[in-house]
Amino acid sequence: MSRTTERARRVASRVTDPELPMLTLVDLGVLRDIDVVGDSHVVVDITPTYSGCPAMAAMRDDLVRELTGAGFDRVEVRISLHPAWTTDWITPAGRAALAAAGISPPGPAPSTHGPIPLTLLPTARQVRCPQCDSTATELVSEFGSTSCKAQYRCTSCLEPFDHLKEI
Amino acid sequence: MRTAPEDEHDNAYSGLLVNDAHWAFGTDFEDPLAGVDTTIPEGTDAPALAAYALMLGDDSLVMSHRIAEWTSNAPDLEDDIALSNIALDLLGQARLLLARAAKADASVVPVLPEGSPAPPEDALAYFREAHEFRNVRFAEVVNGDFAEATVRVLLFSVWRLAVFERLRTSRDHVLSAVAAKGVKELAYHRDYAARWFVTLARGTEESRSRLLAALDALWPLWPEMFDTHPVEAAAAGSGVGVDPADVRPAAESVLDQVLSAADVPRPEVARRSGVLGRTGRDGMHGEALSRMLAEMQSVARTHPRGQW
Repeated sequence: MSRTTERARRVASRVTDPELPMLTLVDLGVLRDIDVVGDSHVVVDITPTYSGCPAMAAMRDDLVRELTGAGFDRVEVRISLHPAWTTDWITPAGRAALAAAGISPPGPAPSTHGPIPLTLLPTARQVRCPQCDSTATELVSEFGSTSCKAQYRCTSCLEPFDHLKEI
Repeated sequence: MRTAPEDEHDNAYSGLLVNDAHWAFGTDFEDPLAGVDTTIPEGTDAPALAAYALMLGDDSLVMSHRIAEWTSNAPDLEDDIALSNIALDLLGQARLLLARAAKADASVVPVLPEGSPAPPEDALAYFREAHEFRNVRFAEVVNGDFAEATVRVLLFSVWRLAVFERLRTSRDHVLSAVAAKGVKELAYHRDYAARWFVTLARGTEESRSRLLAALDALWPLWPEMFDTHPVEAAAAGSGVGVDPADVRPAAESVLDQVLSAADVPRPEVARRSGVLGRTGRDGMHGEALSRMLAEMQSVARTHPRGQW
């Protein structure tokens, strides 16, 4: 990797998710690739998390702002739809940052090959309360403050919390 | 309003003011397919691909709008958020599918007054008449009570998931990518609705009777979703699309699991016929769609050059 590419990567790594500001786009696994063509034309590949995620436009604008601010003349943000984003791409550092911010990190993503089996019971997850570390937690709703989160409640400390859904 | 440069990121308004060419209804949302490989697969007819993508996009858009009407109206906060999120996922799918249609064949996009900043996806959503929409009629039905929303989301997601599971192997890179992402989202929608279906069916006499009434009311439009329109047959034939008739056994089997868990018999209600054999896929819709579009499109149509 050239020094310019390395610098571009460092700059892009500062950009955070607007909804989960404790995570950088690298932690989230959204930043797929970055390359510098010529002297100062940066090409960044990002993958959308959810189809309708309104944060994508903000992420793109933030990348352009950071990189232009760092002196790169032309910044091109490409959307990479395939392969689809999965929470398995969230880095260990990202998972630690989520837990520190009171959000329970996702478990392993279910396989999405073949037909997706119907589950009539609440999704079985081993969710640990990010406040008191208890595993006595219960699902409140599969849909939380954003598409990507489910709402949980800890039955030990009674605190409600978000769980990032495995997808 | 000026802010110190270091504060700009925290100010929601500063982002809106950086550029004076903002389309009023999609602030700075550019082409959702920017940077995506939109090459037409070899041997595929571009207008046929566009017609197929438009059908799928219209299903998502119209269904999304109906579900979005639940926002702030659901029985409790959790379900309000759940329904809003479901609508948002469908809207995201609609954007990609409509943009795909426009990219494959620009002639499907309505011509707007000169100077309109509306991107093609918005032109398709806001500047077509009801008869130009190709969604299945199921998607457009006027909302009922929460039991009706449950049945609606269940039937739509069961059908759509079965279609998208196959669409993952589409020869078109955009459609296969939309489907691969979409199945993960639709599985959440389906399971959410299926759990409520069982809960309401096994709840009180009131909840069960409302659920059965909703099922009977929506059932006549279920078979239409598995009709094969010539556009779908062509898309399936060239390997870019799915013939909905092929996924009927899979969809019916999932639905039977839910009905059986809920101890609800299959409704015995006849299908709703088309008009001279024409249905939603042919642009033949009920009054409900015209009314919905009148509301959904009114601001865009009043201000076709709208910017802020």
